[in-house]
Amino acid sequence: MNKREFLRQVVAFLPAAGLLRMFPGTAEAKELVGAPTDEYDPTRHWYGMGVDVDRCIGCNRCVEACKAENGVPDEPFYFRTWIERYSIRADGETTVECISTRAAPPEQAPPEDPAVVRTFFVPKLCNQCAHPPCVQVCPVGATFQTVDGVVLVDEKRCIGCRYCIQACPYGARYLNPTTRTADKCTFCYHRITKGLLPACVEVCPTEARIFGDMKGRADRLVRFQRVNMISVLKPDLNTEPKVLYAHLDGAVR
Amino acid sequence: MKLPEQVTRLGIVIAVIVAVVLLLRFVIMPATLFSARPHQVATVEREMAKPLQHAGVAACRECHEEEFQAKFAGKHRRIGCENCHGPSAAHASDENAELPRKPREREDCLACHSYDTSRPNGFPQVDPQQHKPGKRCVSCHDGHDPVPPKTPTECSGCHGRIERTKALSKHALLPCADCHVVEEQHMIEPRSALPSKPGTREVCGRCHAPGSTDAAASKATVDLASHGGTYVCWECHYAHLPEGRK
Repeated sequence: MNKREFLRQVVAFLPAAGLLRMFPGTAEAKELVGAPTDEYDPTRHWYGMGVDVDRCIGCNRCVEACKAENGVPDEPFYFRTWIERYSIRADGETTVECISTRAAPPEQAPPEDPAVVRTFFVPKLCNQCAHPPCVQVCPVGATFQTVDGVVLVDEKRCIGCRYCIQACPYGARYLNPTTRTADKCTFCYHRITKGLLPACVEVCPTEARIFGDMKGRADRLVRFQRVNMISVLKPDLNTEPKVLYAHLDGAVR
Repeated sequence: MKLPEQVTRLGIVIAVIVAVVLLLRFVIMPATLFSARPHQVATVEREMAKPLQHAGVAACRECHEEEFQAKFAGKHRRIGCENCHGPSAAHASDENAELPRKPREREDCLACHSYDTSRPNGFPQVDPQQHKPGKRCVSCHDGHDPVPPKTPTECSGCHGRIERTKALSKHALLPCADCHVVEEQHMIEPRSALPSKPGTREVCGRCHAPGSTDAAASKATVDLASHGGTYVCWECHYAHLPEGRK
């Protein structure tokens, strides 16, 4: 084949590239992401969670339920949700301890420190930010926000570079040792899209966790927002978390 | 100046290649090929298809209405079944599957009810070493309707920690009713009738005012008119252990 012949064949092949048009067009794909299936329309939801710190008894049932529901590794340092114990001393010194790492409740009550003036439990999880820093830093676009406001990780696209783990101001992400990809709370996306509650909310014995839909009119979360003074974690970062805390102590970070 | 012929030809070839590449990238290839959207759609579908482990209270209720009603009438009304019985979606979809666990051990109850200083005030807690050590909770309490087996007659039945604290203090011999007015209803439904706290300084002043006749308290008298501004005494002094927590 000489050069002239080659060029002629290349020009002749160009129209064949139109075959690529058989892939779904841009407009079509847009519809797919907002895909209202018969039973579920994500455009009608904007999910959030309310946490009443005053009600949390630190029983760790939410942590166990989350691990069972989502197949989070059993080792006591992989969490999608966890509980912290805050102890604030009279001199202002604050200690934070993750109590979800222990296996069983102690048979003896822990000794009381008279210098501690306030102590309480704070449940933590992915804040499902409206402006998520983890999504901004992902170099391969593996993490994204769904139409209904949940931040998900595409485990087939994630390359396990850990940028998102570094970027998350709430420490809510971890690297799953089996898939070697970033993993985090999904609000139990497979449950909420079927109309069920996330596993942690399902088992919470004191209703310290409220799950709801901010687009709902008569929704528990909307009521939670109405009757409580609401704070969010690290509001100065403008991440606009959708996990709303009531009765949150100023010492909580 | 005239460009050499070979440079012109090379320039034409390069221009054609650039044109073809641009045509391919921006006109022929669909934008979705460079878009993350199809991946996102696939991820959403994959997430939605994940199997359930927890069935939810509504599913339990379909068959276990009796237990649900018993629980609904009692103190555990707001607790989901799977809090104690564990994830039961397999059992809910197939009754021949492995049965959910029965929480019979002390640890099952102590996860919530063992005394922990960080738990909210008023949450019912026991010190596992003081409260019937070694005995299973279910031998006295029904988990679905966990009323105490009998109404406590002593304050220490529920307020053991305060009782034990007070026992070590200089106020050890004062009965609770000296400072608190406790209605009968408080013994039956504690939150519906809370005991009073001293509303005036005169309650403490009975012993701690100047000229007190009480032998022990006369050593710790204060002038009620000048000491402590407008505060009631217990707002600064912890009356169950006045020598501590200063």
